[in-house]
Amino acid sequence: MKMLAGYLAGLLFGLGLAISGMTDPARVIGFLDVTGAWDPTLIFVLGGAVVTTFIGYRLVWRRQMPLLESRFQLPTRRDLDTRLLGGAALFGLGWGLSGYCPGPAVASLPGLSGPLAAFLVALVIGWWLARRLSPAH
Amino acid sequence: MDLSSAGFGLAGGVLIGLSATLLMGLLGRIAGISGILSSALFERGGDRGWRLAFLLGLVSGPALLLLLGLDWGNVAPRGGVAALGSAVIGAPIAGTPTMLIAGLLVGLGTGLGSGCTSGHGVCGLARLSPRSMAATLVFVLVAMLTVFVSRYWLAGAP
Repeated sequence: MKMLAGYLAGLLFGLGLAISGMTDPARVIGFLDVTGAWDPTLIFVLGGAVVTTFIGYRLVWRRQMPLLESRFQLPTRRDLDTRLLGGAALFGLGWGLSGYCPGPAVASLPGLSGPLAAFLVALVIGWWLARRLSPAH
Repeated sequence: MDLSSAGFGLAGGVLIGLSATLLMGLLGRIAGISGILSSALFERGGDRGWRLAFLLGLVSGPALLLLLGLDWGNVAPRGGVAALGSAVIGAPIAGTPTMLIAGLLVGLGTGLGSGCTSGHGVCGLARLSPRSMAATLVFVLVAMLTVFVSRYWLAGAP
């Protein structure tokens, strides 16, 4: 059941990315290119997702626990630190250079090309490096 | 951008929100792609199964549209990946060397910063998390600055 839950959530996410056009890096760059021919599509995607999640979370949190697990696992930290903001800055740099964040890059696997394969391999190496640099691991 | 781009953007966004709601309601987890995938690759234990299933689902969303021949939604205006004969998935715009550097930065950055566009941008903003709001602001502004510098300074006039 947990596997099915994970699959269904992934499927909805992948369909959402494809239908909204976020699997096209040109459209993402079009949003980031604020001084060029600006494409606001990403605002609608993020807006639709945040509002739906905001409402959905509050409906779901009325229960004591999720349906298939014993507790909700939510981040508790509220402080800002260098690791968070520095990491976000590095991510922004890579996102701006390529037009890919992790979701769309992985969801684009059915259209795998040389440059995308290079991105995905480097992405996994980056995740591995980040774990090596994190004291918790 | 025309009205249909906004409509399909909104529809896709709602699907992403439903995905996040489903994952929270069933498994009590944040739908953060970088966290789910890096943990699926590098952590052992009971959560590996659903994380790998999520990965499979994520890939099968666009794959399903391709199989059904649905060139539907906000398809790539330039035609997408040529070999697919479909515009559901857009082609990369950067070359392999840039994509290598970008992938490394995205992996390192989302690993150190504990999240990407989905974990911080969608789920974090919906939770009204101050850390996610700050992270989202930083990565969006840095990405905009990166596009500005690489398009208009390094590559010459538009």
